Amino acid sequence: MPTISPSLVFQLTLIAVVFFSLQISAAVLVYFERKISGWAQQRVGPNRVGPLGLLQPLADIVKLIFKEELRPKAADKWLFYLAPVLSATTAFAAFAVIPFGPPTTFFGLLEKPVPLQVADINVAVLVVFAITSMGVYGIVLAGWASNSKYSLLGGLRSAAQMISYELAYGIALASVLVIANTLSLREIVDQQSGVWWLFDVIPVPAWYVFLAPIGFFIFFIAGIAETNRAPFDFPEAEQELVAGYHTEYSSMSFALFFLAEYVNMVVVCGVTVSLFLGGFYMPGLPDWLGPVWFIGKLAVLLFFYIWMRWTLPRYRYDQLMDFGWKRLLPLSIINLLVTAAGVLYWS
Amino acid sequence: MAPWLFYFFATVSVACSLGVVGQRNPMYSVLLLIGLLISLAGLYVGLDSPFVAVTQVVVYAGAIMVLFLFVVMLLNAPREDVAPGAHLPIPGGVKVYGTILSISMAVMLVWALSRLGVVPFVEDPQAAARVESVRDIGVMLFRDHAFSFEVTSILILVAMVGAVVLAKKTV
Amino acid sequence: MITLNHYLLLSALLFSIGTAGVFLRRNLITLLLSVEIMLNAVNLTFVALGRFNGSVEGQIITFFVMTVAAAEAAVGLAIVIALFRHKETLSPDAFTSLKW
Repeated sequence: MPTISPSLVFQLTLIAVVFFSLQISAAVLVYFERKISGWAQQRVGPNRVGPLGLLQPLADIVKLIFKEELRPKAADKWLFYLAPVLSATTAFAAFAVIPFGPPTTFFGLLEKPVPLQVADINVAVLVVFAITSMGVYGIVLAGWASNSKYSLLGGLRSAAQMISYELAYGIALASVLVIANTLSLREIVDQQSGVWWLFDVIPVPAWYVFLAPIGFFIFFIAGIAETNRAPFDFPEAEQELVAGYHTEYSSMSFALFFLAEYVNMVVVCGVTVSLFLGGFYMPGLPDWLGPVWFIGKLAVLLFFYIWMRWTLPRYRYDQLMDFGWKRLLPLSIINLLVTAAGVLYWS
Repeated sequence: MAPWLFYFFATVSVACSLGVVGQRNPMYSVLLLIGLLISLAGLYVGLDSPFVAVTQVVVYAGAIMVLFLFVVMLLNAPREDVAPGAHLPIPGGVKVYGTILSISMAVMLVWALSRLGVVPFVEDPQAAARVESVRDIGVMLFRDHAFSFEVTSILILVAMVGAVVLAKKTV
Repeated sequence: MITLNHYLLLSALLFSIGTAGVFLRRNLITLLLSVEIMLNAVNLTFVALGRFNGSVEGQIITFFVMTVAAAEAAVGLAIVIALFRHKETLSPDAFTSLKW
């Protein structure tokens, strides 16, 4: 029986805080998605439920909870209910290694400083990659277990898209690892904490996006494809395949898929911020407000995600695969070679 | 590694492998094998090898098993098994013979291992640190085993071309 | 106290379960899955012995085993697909004649 020590309590509190913040962030994202889509389409978006429509996500969740839970008769019962659980679990688990604050003693309550990160693993980058690649199974099983042709096609296409873009994702990640020389996310973030002086006069934050801009670009695009967001959302497009792999799901199972998609977005943006945009460091501003800067940078990236969804037209499936294999993958390999050559030359 | 953690992962892996072998539905077999791979990854972490554990999840559970799953879904693999070995002259057929063979192999392996004596792990942290370092893995892989590395890349290329040619529809 | 014997015993057990699968199962895909179980049991042996000796050689060999397993799974599944297209069945008992 482990003794109840302050660090154990702190760890459990951290887990609870991260878990509930992710759920709240999904709700916030739902609200902003509808608001921003409204502004992009020159309308107001939800403004009836609560002031400025702020309680709209709550109304959505309550509606989803009270809906009838349907299952097609010929669907495989175990796999049908396993699929959304798998999707949601992998989405939440991937956030465990993302650091969102500097080491803190929490106002002196703990003996030694503990970083604000659920799990400080020294192969953290690969762990995120591993958990994201397990997320493919949720979609494949959803497509298969629904026993309907729209779902099956949507599931297979979505899975094929995700594993294709994982390659470019991984190689763009590798180009950052070549610069950073470590696999631990916290150390990568710590390496970006300073400031560079351009021409000895202009301060530039020491973020890796300035050292590997093409890597950032590739990683961002591959992240959008990984989370099945527009313009890469053919497998779940409303006009094409009814709703793709989650056609037959209703009520809480659908809510779990919905939640998993938004939490995946947050995770991918979180990894991008940690690897390229300096994590929770803002040069010149206090470090203990780390989580605030982290959420700010996340908000900027998520705004880009939502903006792109409602601006760009959708890629057709073969165009999507063509882009992933024939353009993004060679570009990421060349980027890796150039980055490695640069690191060799300048060190 | 804490003993209860080892026994947990060991039980899960044995249960999953028994499920793979005994399960009628090929889809469930693939999912149980994924469970086996993840419990083995847990065992690798306990052996101070997190890099292999993560690589196993990414490559094996994340890519190779997706391939299996795609093929199972493509072929719509039937649920029932055909009755085995009814035409063989052995009484009981293939099932009895196969079970006897595998149990005898298990007994032989366990007997051979029991002659090893109890071999505890070296408890010094330096051994753990040596095994854990990703840098050492990279150096040894790309310096000492560089030839095998290049040969495996050719192997993968050959397998890719072969798989495409074999599965192509001859029109 | 977990000793090396525990890991080797577990690996031997998994290997024999995999072998039992290869002998007993009459479904080509499950056959390939049993072969994968055997490969994983071998991987576990390598990593355990590598940790016991305090060197990374065990982990390096597992990379090669995983690569070979990937190549073998790809080609094996392609063969299974080709066979299925020919005879519409996944039982190895149906492919007993040397003539195609």
